[in-house]
Amino acid sequence: MPHPVSPEVSTPEQEDGGLPDASENEEGQQGDEVASAGEDQMDIESPPMPVVVKEEVRLDDMFDDDDDDDDDDEYGEFPESSVPEIKPEGAQDAPIVTAPSARYSDPEIMYAFYQRLFPFRYLFQWLNHSPSPTNDFGHREFAFTLQNDAYLRYQAFPTADLLRKEILRLNPSRFEIGPVYNTNPRDRKTLRKASHFRPVAKELVFDIDLTDYDEIRTCCDKANICRKCWTFVTMAIKVVDAALRDDFGFQHILWVYSGRRGAHAWVCDKRAREMDDPKRKAIAGYLEVVKGGAQSGKKVNVKRPLHPHLSRSLDILKDHFQSDILEVQDPWRDPTRSDRLLHLLPDRALNDSLRKKWDSSPLRPSTSKWADIDALAKAGASRSLDAKALLEAKQDVVLEYTYPRLDVEVSKKLIHLLKSPFVVHPGTGRVCVPIDPRRLEEFDPLSVPTVTELLGEIDQWGAVGTNGEVAAGDAGGGGEESKAGVARRVQDYEKTRLKPFVDYFKGFVVGLMRDEKGGVGVDGRKIKREKTEEEEDNGGEDRMEF
Amino acid sequence: MFRQEIPRIDSKRRANFDPKRRQFAPEAHTLVEYPHRLNLYDSPPTSEITLEQFEQWAIDRLRILAELETCSFRNKTQTETITHLEPLLRKYLPLSSNSSSSSARPAERQKDHYSHFILRLAFSRTEDLRRRFAKLETSLFRMRFMQDDSRERASFVESLNLEWEAVGEEERAVLAKELIAAGGGYREDARWFKVEWERVPELVESRRVFLKGGKAYVPVREQLSLVVAEFSSQLERGLELTSRALPRLDEDDRLTPILNHLSTHFSTPAFASSTSSDALASSAISAATIPAIAQHFPLCMKHLQTTLATTHHLKHFGRLQYTLFLKGIGLSLDDAIQFWRQSFSSITDDRFNKDYRYNVRHAYGDVGGDANRRGRGYSPFSCQKILIEHHPNTGDAHGCPYRHFSVDNLTSLLQATGVTDRDVLKEVREDVGKSRYHIACNKVFEHTHKAEIKRAKDEEGWGAAELDTIVHPNTYFKRSYLLKNFGQAKAEEGPGDAMEIEGGN
Repeated sequence: MPHPVSPEVSTPEQEDGGLPDASENEEGQQGDEVASAGEDQMDIESPPMPVVVKEEVRLDDMFDDDDDDDDDDEYGEFPESSVPEIKPEGAQDAPIVTAPSARYSDPEIMYAFYQRLFPFRYLFQWLNHSPSPTNDFGHREFAFTLQNDAYLRYQAFPTADLLRKEILRLNPSRFEIGPVYNTNPRDRKTLRKASHFRPVAKELVFDIDLTDYDEIRTCCDKANICRKCWTFVTMAIKVVDAALRDDFGFQHILWVYSGRRGAHAWVCDKRAREMDDPKRKAIAGYLEVVKGGAQSGKKVNVKRPLHPHLSRSLDILKDHFQSDILEVQDPWRDPTRSDRLLHLLPDRALNDSLRKKWDSSPLRPSTSKWADIDALAKAGASRSLDAKALLEAKQDVVLEYTYPRLDVEVSKKLIHLLKSPFVVHPGTGRVCVPIDPRRLEEFDPLSVPTVTELLGEIDQWGAVGTNGEVAAGDAGGGGEESKAGVARRVQDYEKTRLKPFVDYFKGFVVGLMRDEKGGVGVDGRKIKREKTEEEEDNGGEDRMEF
Repeated sequence: MFRQEIPRIDSKRRANFDPKRRQFAPEAHTLVEYPHRLNLYDSPPTSEITLEQFEQWAIDRLRILAELETCSFRNKTQTETITHLEPLLRKYLPLSSNSSSSSARPAERQKDHYSHFILRLAFSRTEDLRRRFAKLETSLFRMRFMQDDSRERASFVESLNLEWEAVGEEERAVLAKELIAAGGGYREDARWFKVEWERVPELVESRRVFLKGGKAYVPVREQLSLVVAEFSSQLERGLELTSRALPRLDEDDRLTPILNHLSTHFSTPAFASSTSSDALASSAISAATIPAIAQHFPLCMKHLQTTLATTHHLKHFGRLQYTLFLKGIGLSLDDAIQFWRQSFSSITDDRFNKDYRYNVRHAYGDVGGDANRRGRGYSPFSCQKILIEHHPNTGDAHGCPYRHFSVDNLTSLLQATGVTDRDVLKEVREDVGKSRYHIACNKVFEHTHKAEIKRAKDEEGWGAAELDTIVHPNTYFKRSYLLKNFGQAKAEEGPGDAMEIEGGN
């Protein structure tokens, strides 16, 4: 069913590509006008601003929509094929038509998403670590994947405003975030030597992808996921989050759903951002436990006694193993798969009797098979049984089936690009929303809103919307401060299920900026490197203090 | 710094009348003393040496470093490296301890000090040289540190004045369990230091220290790591500074040629011959013939080829490793694209063009940044690189089978490729157990080419140079291909020659 997205949104300041907070006064006024117009639809003549003409057109369109809502005419008027490329001007006049079969990354949909929902302002603050623009943002690399699959690297923007403008112009199907460079990435060709252009900072990132679990998950494979296998990601987040916080002392860790089958972590502490490649490699190595390719046999080989990180992880994972692995995944029900389990156990005699027992009752569930190991061991199936070795092997099995499988290459390099939060996954249409680690269990990837649903929600809100409230620009808009006498404007994102995610992100960014302002490190110690680094890199060039 | 034969204004004296250089003047007269055998090389040398000494000392040290690098390429263990280097060190770069009564002690230490700084000058020019130099110097330092007499080592460490916070009695009691667990169960560790974890990345990476709130708790036993980390970080900083100061040396026409000479002769044993057009019959190598010539591939590449043939897909590093190898054996870019296109039979043209074609072209240096294009892409991975970098993960097929496979899987893979001799398999298993992956691979090569090697030795006069240990997959291929094709070339030539002879008669 086609959803005409409420057309009253296209306030003039958006056509300028300006962020609401960039032109606060103007925007406030115009917002009010649109509000009054929306309230009293016949009052077309009253707006006194020079935008009158445009508004007339727009409102006319709106009436059209209201008259023949969901009519097939719309297809006739705005056939999808006739809009090959959305241009910033005029395009907003058209109601956004969403055919059921539409690809999620259709240019119209993406355009509306960037224009109305994407939280540019918080994204800016997140990367900038301060409200006023600094090089942290200005020298940051962005890379766009355009609608024609061309890939544009080394883009950089001094302000959120310019980033937004460019994204609306290029309308990329997704974009990625790279490191902060020592000079503006756009100027890299003007340097005398290519080697003078180097990355200086980036969040420490992690990538968890469910395809890495294919050999142990039984419910889905490849790009498919379900609630059952999402628990692998839940477990991974718990373990990695605990290690990063307790062991390394990081505080600002943003977990983001990757849109299809995994999750990303962005560790944003200053100390983490300034790490060089060897240090990133060290953390990746510290966290990596399941090692080896398809042919390497036993994949967990950890020394004893278990390192505190591993015993803590094992504590976290134990319960999951019992319920989410043995019962839900049931990984060894199949006889060929249970061979894999036997392969991991050390005692030959015990394995023989286990095999005999399992052969006699095929399709015995994993829970029973797991219990059989101890039962038969106790019953004395093997005379030479080394109880300690068996226990350790069982611990290794638990780790192999539950411990996070990270794509460590992503974490090791400063220059690695990672998809930005809140981008739409082109395949699923789902928004890459942040995941609150404190409410991890509640997160359900299958109910993450898709971009089309969100745009629909804006419409529906408009239909039942309260009087006196009207849409403002993008979600990052500065509409928090209510103007005297005017009801607080409701941002577009607030009308949708995106709201809790944007609110969480906002809270995260505020916390990060608060810590950053003092220039104080994680553990309250002044970070010494900052000063020297700046002096060296910028050679006396002015850099905004924060 | 150097004694002049030709009368000329002494640089030091010039420093006295040039106000800009005055800041360096007082240093000239401080005599450096060497109270310890080890040296962190934090202050540069100041007294004069002759040009001959300058060159000779540098060459001596370079010889040691080159040997060290070879050992690491050959994947030798720490003890093997030490036994290998011991006589060389005694000859070229002796360093006796304080307890020795040798009168040459100060001179030895001076040579060690000076030669280090000369090489710093020579190897600070490019990023790549800097990294290699720092790595080798660090391993030399590590080796010496480990061999040092324990009392001298302690006094050396004390003299470094590193800011290490000792872990207090109370804290130790609270954390006892974790500290012991992280330390690998040694109960006798009595003392721990607390440092920022960033200072001991290698201990963190291998989980040998306990971490809490960003602090690493390092047992005294792991002091080595700390000192070595300190050494390498100071050296890296120093090299960076040297490289910035280097342009000022350009006016000096005595040192620059020596330095350039030193750095260019510090050659990498990387596989270079095949990147330039190779003597191999490259007409025989095309997309279509790869499955056929795969019999000459080393095990790692054979495995990639089989995986590719059965699954019609390889993951990123598998593709990279294999593409570069194929490039190394002389497969042209067009053929490579064709080969990958055909091999990835289960995906559409569209997806291939979108996701994979670029990577192949990038590896060949057809696209990408200027540096990539000029260097004609990456060079094929050496065994060293395959062994050390990018360990295969779930679903990956790249890496070295000898290292990254379990012994059972390795054995069955070898058997599948036709190596069934029980003795050979047993030896391979032993070598792999001792992490001598190269030796295992070379053994398999020698076994599978037994007859050909014998013939090559007898008929072609192949000596040790041609049959040196293989440390590069492309060398493996090249040698195997040459050996097998001797026979054929001979067989084809044979009748031809005979005819000619007949005709001549």
